[in-house]
Amino acid sequence: MSATPDDVLPGDAKTAAQTSTKAAEAEAEYGHLVRSEYEHGFVTEIESDTLPPGLDESVIATISQRKGEPQWMLDWRLAAYHKWLEMPTPKWAAVHYPPIDYQSISYFSAPKKKELKSLDEVDPVLLETYEKLGIPIEEQKALAGVAVDAVFDSVSVATTFREKLSEAGVIFCSISEAVQEYPELVQKYLGSVVPPTDNFYTGLNSAVFTDGTFVYVPKNTRCPMELSTYFRINEAKTGQFERTLIVADEGSYVSYLEGCTAPQRDENQLHAAVVELIALDNAEIKYSTVQNWYPGDEEGRGGIYNFVTKRGDCRGDNSKISWTQVETGSAITWKYPSCILRGDNSVGEFYSVAVTKGKQQADTGTKMIHLGKNTRSTIVSKGISAQHGIQSYRGLVRIAGKAEGARNHTQCDSLLIGDKCAANTFPYIEVKNPTAKMEHEATTSKISDDQLFYCRSRGLSEEDAVSMIVNGFCKEVFNELPMEFAVEAQKLLSISLEGAVG
Amino acid sequence: MLSVKGLKATVDDKEILRGLDLEVGAGEVHAIMGPNGSGKSTLAHVLSGREGYEVTGGSVTFEGRELLELDPEERACLGLFLAFQYPVELPGVNNTYFLKAALNAKRKYHGEEELDAVSFMRLMKEKLKVLHLDDSLLKRPVNVGFSGGEKKRNEIFQMALLEPKLAILDETDSGLDIDALRVVANGVNSLRSPERSMLVVTHYQRLLDYIEPDYVHVLAKGRIIRSGGKELALELEEKGYGWIVDEAAA
Ligand SMILES: Nc1ncnc2c1ncn2[C@@H]1O[C@H](COP(=O)(O)OP(=O)(O)O)[C@@H](O)[C@H]1O
Ligand SMILES: [Mg+2]
Repeated sequence: MSATPDDVLPGDAKTAAQTSTKAAEAEAEYGHLVRSEYEHGFVTEIESDTLPPGLDESVIATISQRKGEPQWMLDWRLAAYHKWLEMPTPKWAAVHYPPIDYQSISYFSAPKKKELKSLDEVDPVLLETYEKLGIPIEEQKALAGVAVDAVFDSVSVATTFREKLSEAGVIFCSISEAVQEYPELVQKYLGSVVPPTDNFYTGLNSAVFTDGTFVYVPKNTRCPMELSTYFRINEAKTGQFERTLIVADEGSYVSYLEGCTAPQRDENQLHAAVVELIALDNAEIKYSTVQNWYPGDEEGRGGIYNFVTKRGDCRGDNSKISWTQVETGSAITWKYPSCILRGDNSVGEFYSVAVTKGKQQADTGTKMIHLGKNTRSTIVSKGISAQHGIQSYRGLVRIAGKAEGARNHTQCDSLLIGDKCAANTFPYIEVKNPTAKMEHEATTSKISDDQLFYCRSRGLSEEDAVSMIVNGFCKEVFNELPMEFAVEAQKLLSISLEGAVG
Repeated sequence: MLSVKGLKATVDDKEILRGLDLEVGAGEVHAIMGPNGSGKSTLAHVLSGREGYEVTGGSVTFEGRELLELDPEERACLGLFLAFQYPVELPGVNNTYFLKAALNAKRKYHGEEELDAVSFMRLMKEKLKVLHLDDSLLKRPVNVGFSGGEKKRNEIFQMALLEPKLAILDETDSGLDIDALRVVANGVNSLRSPERSMLVVTHYQRLLDYIEPDYVHVLAKGRIIRSGGKELALELEEKGYGWIVDEAAA
C-alpha cells in the first residue's frame, strides 16, 4: 500500500536533526528595495455562478449534480466527506495561521460561459486577464508545442491542441470531463496514490473538488508537446480544490507544466489541491510548477493558504518521476511533492526553488520512499528568505528493508537576504536496508556586499544585481525547467524579489 | 578627467586616506605605488563608490561631475571602471550573460539601444581577438573556479568591452606569472587611447616594464608623498619605499 504523509513525515519536529539558521549581521541598507506591489493583483469581472458558502451533504450533491457526475463519483465524494469530518487538521507543520472556518467558504464557482470550442469564443475579459499576467493564450497557441488547458476558477474554458494530442492517443482534459468520458481510467487510478484519508486536506479535496486536469498517455507514446495548465483563483471566497491525475502508461513520456497566479484579496483563501502521478513500467513523468499565489500584504493579510498534496507513484520498473517547482507566492505554503519508488530501478527527482518574504511562511520539501531495488532519488532544494520570511525544508528519505541498493543524493541550500528571516532544514532519514548509499549536503549563505559591489561597479543597479545573484543561486533548478518556463520563472523570481531585499 | 583634492576617508573610524591630491588628464597613464597597507585599494574603492568608507574631507570630480555623490552603478555608467584586486565570484551567473547585462545597463543609461544577443556576441568576438583571449571563460559562471590569472584576464576583458574613460587597475599584476602578466599588459596597452585614462595601482615595479606610465606617484600613509616620471619607479625598485617615506616624514 502507498505510504501516507502521517506515517511518512514524523509529526514531532523536535526529534529531527535540525539546523536552524538566522542571519546574524545587521540588516543591510537596501531596505528601500523591499516593497513591491503584487503585480498580478487584479480582479477580472466575469459573471460567475457561485454556490453560497457552507459545506454539507447537499452541497456535495449539488456539486456532483452540476457536474453531471455518475453515482459512483458522488458516493466516492460522500465517503470522503464523512471520513473528513472525523479528521483533525495537521498540527505539526512549522507554520502558523488562524483557524479556517470551512463553513464560510463557497465550494463551487464557474464562469457562466462554458463549453467553448475555440479561443474566439472565450470571453475577451478573460483573455485580457491572461494578457495582464503576461501569459497571453493567443501567444501560447502560437508558441511551438504548448497546449493550454486554461483553468479559470473551477471550470476549464479553453482547451487547445486537442486534435494533435488525440492523434497521438493522449487524453488531456478536465477531470470532470474524464469522469464522464473515461470512467474506467478515473475509477482505476483516482485516489490510488493519494487516498481521501491521506490527510485532512486530501479528505476535503476528495469531497468537493470541482475541477482539475486529467492526463493519460498510452503505452509507448511520447506526448508530442508540453502540457500546460494555468490556474488562477478569481472568485472572492471560493476555495480551490483542484484535482490532477496523470497516468503514464508503459514506456510513455509526458512533461506537464503548472503555473498559478492569483488576484489580490482581502481574506485568506484556501487552496487544497491534490495531484496524483502514476508512472508504469519504463514511463517518465516530468511535472513542473511555477507558483505565484498572492502572498498577502506586508503584514501577511489576504494571502493564499496553499495546502497541497502532490505525490507520484513510480509504480512500474524503470519508471521515473521528476518534480520541479518554483514557489514565490502564498501566505502559507505547505507541500511536499513526493515520490514512491515502488518499481525496481525507478527514479525520483525533486528540484525546488522557494522564496519567502514579507510574512510568508513556507514548509515544503519532499519525500522519497524507496521500496524497489536499485531505486535512486535526487533532491535539490534552494530556499531564499527575505524580510520576515520563514522557510522550512522538510525532507524525508526512507529506504525500506527490501530496497536493495537504493541511493539518495540530497542538497539543500539556503540564501538569506537581511537578518530578520530564517531558514530551517529538517532532514529525516530512515534506512532499513544496509546497502543504501545516502549523501546529504546543506549550505546557508548570504548575498555578500562584495558581490553586490562587484555587480554595481559594472553598472548594474542593486536590484538587478540581487536578481542576478539569486537567479544564479537557483540555476541548477531552473536548468530542469522547460525552456519557456525557465524564462518565466526567472522573471517571476526577479519580480518577487523586487521588494524583497532588506 | 579626474581631479582629487585633499581626499580624506576613514574605515571604522580609522583614517586611511589623509588628504590625497591627484590630477589625471585625458589619455594619461598614472601609476600609483606604495607599500602594503598604504591605502591604494582604499583609494580605488572610494573612487568607485564602495560602501563602508566614510569620506571625511576633500572632493573628487570626474569629467566635471562631483563623483562622490553618485552611486557605484552611475559612476560605472559614466565611464569609471575598477579592475578588482580580488575579483568576486558569482556562482551560477553566466559570464556572457553578466557582461551583456553590464554593457546594456551602460547603453541604457546613455539612452542607447540595448544590444541583442547576436550583436553582443559579435562585439565579444572582436574584443577577444584584440586581447588574444579564447572564449573558454565566457561560458562559465563569473570568476567561479577561475585561476588567479584567469580572473585578472577576465577583468581586462570586461574593461575592453565596457570601454571606460577611466580605468583603475588595482594590483592587476599581483599573483600573475610572467606569461599571464604579459597577456594582461598587452591587453591594457591595446586599450590605451588619447581618450582613455588609467590609474595603475601596483606594489611592484615589474608591471611598469610592460605598461609604461606617464606619471608615477608614491602613496604612503594615505597621502601621495612623491610624484615623478617613470624613472621614479626604477628608483623605487632599487631603493625600496623606506627612504621616501622617511624623507616625507622628516
Ligand atoms: N574594511 C576595513 N576595515 C578596517 N580596516 C581596513 C579595511 N580596509 C582596509 N583597511 C585598512 O586600511 C589600510 C589600507 O588598506 P588598503 O587600502 O587595502 O592598502 P593597500 O591596498 O595599499 O595595501 C590598511 O591598514 C588596512 O588594514
Ligand atoms: Mg590593495
